[in-house]
Amino acid sequence: MPTLTINGRSLSVDAANDTPLLWAIREQLQMTGTKFGCGAGLCGACTVHVNGEAVRSCQTMVGDVAGKKITTIEGLSAKGDHPLQKAWIAEQVPQCGYCQSGQIMQAASLLAKNPNPTKEEVVAHMDGNLCRCMTYSRIQKAIMRAASEMRTASATSSERRPT
Amino acid sequence: MNEHVKNVALETTDLSRRSFLVGTAATGLVLGYAGVPGIDSAAAAAPASFEPSVWYAISPDGLVTVTCGKADMGQHIASTMAQIVCEELGAKWSDMRVALASNDPKFNDPVLGAQITGGSWSTMMNFDAMSRAGAAGRMALTEGAAAAMGVPASELVVRDSMIVHPKSKKQMSFAEIVKSGKATKTFTPDELKAIKLKTPDQYTMIGVSVPQLDIPSKTNGTAKYGIDVMLPGMAYGAVVTPPVRFGATVKSVDDSGAKKVSGFIKAVTLDDKTGTTSGWVVAVASTYANAKKAAQALKIAYDGGPNAKLSSQSLLDEAMRLQKLEDSGQFFVKDGDPNAAFGSAAKVLEAEYTTSINIHAPLEPMNATAEFKGDILHIYSGNQFATRSGAIAAGAAGIDPKFVVMHQMWLGGGFGRRLDADMMIPAVQAAKAVGKPVKVIYTRENDMTMDFSRPLTYQKVKAGVDGDGKLIAISHDVVSAWPTARWGIPDFLTPSVDKKGPLDSFTVNGADFFYTVPNHYVRAIKNELAHNATPSGQLRSVAPGWTFWAVESMIDEIAAASGKDPAQFRISLLDGAGKNDGGAQRLRNTLLAAMGLSGYGTKQLPKGEGMGVACVSSQERATASWTACVAHVAVAPSGAVTVKKLTVATDVGTQVHPDNIRAQVEGAALWGLSLAMYEKATLKDGGIEQTNFDSYTPLRMSQTPEVAVAVIANGEKATGVGEPAVTVVAPAIGNAIFNASGARVRALPITAEAVKASMKA
Repeated sequence: MPTLTINGRSLSVDAANDTPLLWAIREQLQMTGTKFGCGAGLCGACTVHVNGEAVRSCQTMVGDVAGKKITTIEGLSAKGDHPLQKAWIAEQVPQCGYCQSGQIMQAASLLAKNPNPTKEEVVAHMDGNLCRCMTYSRIQKAIMRAASEMRTASATSSERRPT
Repeated sequence: MNEHVKNVALETTDLSRRSFLVGTAATGLVLGYAGVPGIDSAAAAAPASFEPSVWYAISPDGLVTVTCGKADMGQHIASTMAQIVCEELGAKWSDMRVALASNDPKFNDPVLGAQITGGSWSTMMNFDAMSRAGAAGRMALTEGAAAAMGVPASELVVRDSMIVHPKSKKQMSFAEIVKSGKATKTFTPDELKAIKLKTPDQYTMIGVSVPQLDIPSKTNGTAKYGIDVMLPGMAYGAVVTPPVRFGATVKSVDDSGAKKVSGFIKAVTLDDKTGTTSGWVVAVASTYANAKKAAQALKIAYDGGPNAKLSSQSLLDEAMRLQKLEDSGQFFVKDGDPNAAFGSAAKVLEAEYTTSINIHAPLEPMNATAEFKGDILHIYSGNQFATRSGAIAAGAAGIDPKFVVMHQMWLGGGFGRRLDADMMIPAVQAAKAVGKPVKVIYTRENDMTMDFSRPLTYQKVKAGVDGDGKLIAISHDVVSAWPTARWGIPDFLTPSVDKKGPLDSFTVNGADFFYTVPNHYVRAIKNELAHNATPSGQLRSVAPGWTFWAVESMIDEIAAASGKDPAQFRISLLDGAGKNDGGAQRLRNTLLAAMGLSGYGTKQLPKGEGMGVACVSSQERATASWTACVAHVAVAPSGAVTVKKLTVATDVGTQVHPDNIRAQVEGAALWGLSLAMYEKATLKDGGIEQTNFDSYTPLRMSQTPEVAVAVIANGEKATGVGEPAVTVVAPAIGNAIFNASGARVRALPITAEAVKASMKA
C-alpha cells in the first residue's frame, strides 16, 4: 500500500499506484475538501500542493507522489486562518463554494512565490480555475487583500528580528 | 412518465390545516408549522411526540438553528432565511445557525406548497412566513421572560438574544428562558396572521450585509456537498451513458473485462420506468476509481433509437417548419389583432432569433447516494425539487414516495440542473442490486452529454410601426422543447388564452412584457422532435433568457428603423398604461438608473466602440423584478467583440442583504455574458458533442469585464435577484454591437464570424 505524506502526516492508502491522487484523498483518507470537477485538468477544483506546487490531483497518480509533501485545503492552515482564507471570508467570496478549495490552493501557490502580484499576474495564475458562479472579481480582491496582509505581517516580523 | 410521477400531488397551501407551535423541552424551543393536521399544542409541549424538524429551534445554549426548506446553491438562501427570522426574533447574528431541510412536507414552501427552489422566488415567497415565525418566537420568549421575572411583558425589550426589563434592570438571555421552560405560548393561524410585523424603519437586520453563515465552511473544505457523503459499507457507481442523448436502449452488456478490475461488484442496466433516462448502465465497485475502470471495461451494444440521426440543424429545421404552420402551438398572449395592424402599418419588420443548446455544468458533477434501511429509502443529494425528486427516486425503487427520505446537502451549483432527479435512478437501482449503499458520481462527460439542457430555441418576431414611428403590433412565435411539460405536473403548466390546452409558460415568460403594444400575440410552439431528442430543463433565468433576446433585440431594430434612440424609444413604450401600470414605471426607472451609471448618451466613445441597452422583467409578470443593462463593447474589423463593461441596474423592492444582492446580480450578469459569447452545445447523431470544459467553455477570469451594479431598493416587497440579470445581458451586448459597428446579430452565442458577415451585409 502506498504511503502518502499529507498535511504533515504519513498515511497509507489502499489504492493502486495508478489511482488519481484526488480519489485517494477523498475516499481513502476521507478528506473531502478537495473537489472533483472535470477529471481532465480543465477546471482546477481538485487543486492541491505537491512540494509547494499547485497541481491538479485528478491528473496526479498516487504512485507519483510517494515521499512528496502533499497539502490539501484541510492542511493549508491549522485553523482555517491562512491569510487567503481570512480574505475569502472578508470579501465574502464563495457562492456555491464548490470550486473555492481549489481556488484558494491555486492562489496560495502564487502568493508563496510572489507576495506582490499585479492584477495581470493574478489573472494569468488563476485562469485555469473555473468558477461557475462567476465570483472572479471577488477572488481577485481577496487575493490582493491576502497579499497585502502577508506583506504587512512579514514586514512586521522582520522589523522585530534582532540585528 | 410513470404513474408515480404523474401522481405527485403538490400539497396546497392551507394554513388552516396547520397550527403554529411553540413548545419547550429539554432539547430546546422549537417553532414552526406542523405538517400534519391534528397536532395540537399539548402534543407540541410533549417532546416525545413532537418532531423537532421545523423552521427553527433554540437550544438551551441559546443557539438558534433555522431549517431552510430551500436548496442552497450559492445564493446563500439559508443564511437569508435566518436573517429574516433573526430580524423579528431579536436574536444576535452570531447565535444564528442554519440546517438544511429533509423532504418532509412540513418544510414545503408556504406559498408554493412544495419543495422547489427556482424562479428567484425564495425570498419573495418566504419573507412573510419567516418574519411571522421570528415574531412569534419573540412573543413567546417575551411572555416566558415576563413570567419568570414577574414583570409585565409589555415592559420588556428584546435585543441581541437578551430580554431586558429596563425599569428593574432585570434581564434574561434566550438561553435562560429556554432552560426555564417558561416559553410555552402557541399561536393559531389567525393569531399568527394578526401579528404586527416590524415596519422597515424599525429594521436592524434586514438591509444589513451580515456575514453569510455558510461562507466559513466554504473556505476550509468542511462544507458537505452531495458528493462528500460517506456511508458505512458503501460502494461506488460510475455510469456508462449511451452516445445518444435520449432514446437509446441497451442490447447487451459484456462485463468480462470489468470482472478483471479489482473491487468490481456488478454492472446494473437501469430499468427506468420514470422515463428520465434511457440506455444507462452503472458499474458498481469498491471505490470510484475502480468503478470508473470497470465502466470503461464494459462492452455495451446499443440500439440508438429514434433520435440517433438528429442534429442541431434538424431540430432547427423542424422548429422553422412548425412556426410556418398557421395552427401550430397555443397562444400565451392575444391582445388586439396584430395581423390586421400589420396591414395598416407604415413599416413592418420581421426577424428570426435563435439560441443554442446550453449546458448547466455546475462544478459539482451530478451525484446521489442511495441507501435502503428497513422500509425507508434514504437519498443523499443536493437537489432543488425534493417533492418531485423523491417521487422519481421512489419510482426507480418501485416503492411509494412516502417511504423516501431526502437528505439535502449544500449544492455545488444548481442553476436549475438539480431540479431533476436523474442521478438518483442509478444510485437507487445499484443500491438495490448490490444490497449496499451506493454513491453514484457522474463523470464530467456524463454530466455534459446527459444534461437537461436549455433547449435550442427559434423565435420569429414581426413588428408593425405606424406613420409616427409608434409601435402598434408585435407577433412573436417561440418554438422550443418544453422543459416543464416533461415534469408531468399539470399545476406547472398554464392554460392557453385560445383554450387549446395547457402550454409551458416556462418557454414564453418574458414575452408578455411591460411595454404598451396594443396588438400583441405570443405563440408557444412545442418542438416535439427536440423535446424527445434533447430533454430540456430550466437553466438559470429560464425562458426570459431567450424571449428577451428576441424582444429586446427587436425593440432595438424597430428604434433603428424609426431613427430613434433605443433607450428613449423604450422609455416611450414603458408608459404604464392599463395592465402595465406599476411594473412599466419601475422598469423605466431601472433603465434610467443604468443609463445614468454607465454614462449612456453622454460619453464620447472611440470609433469601433458602442453602447447598447436592454431592460427586462424576469420572469413571470406576477413575480417580476426589474432589471436594465447598458453594455459597452468594442468591435474589431474582424468581427471580434470585446465586452468592456456591463452596467446593471435592478429594482429589488426591499433588500435583505445588499452585498449578496450585488454578488448575485454580478454572477447573473456574467452568466448572461457567458451564454451570450462563450457557451454553445451542439447535437450530432443524437448526442451532445461537447464533453468537458475544453469544448464547452464557460467564462473564465481573463474574460471577465468590469460589472457595475446599481441596486434600487424602493421599499416595495422583496423581489428575486438570482436570475434576472442573466437575461438582460445578451440583448444589451447585441445592441451595443449594432451601435458600435452597424452589425446586427440574431443568434446566440454571438460569434466574430456572424458579426463580420453582418458588417459586410
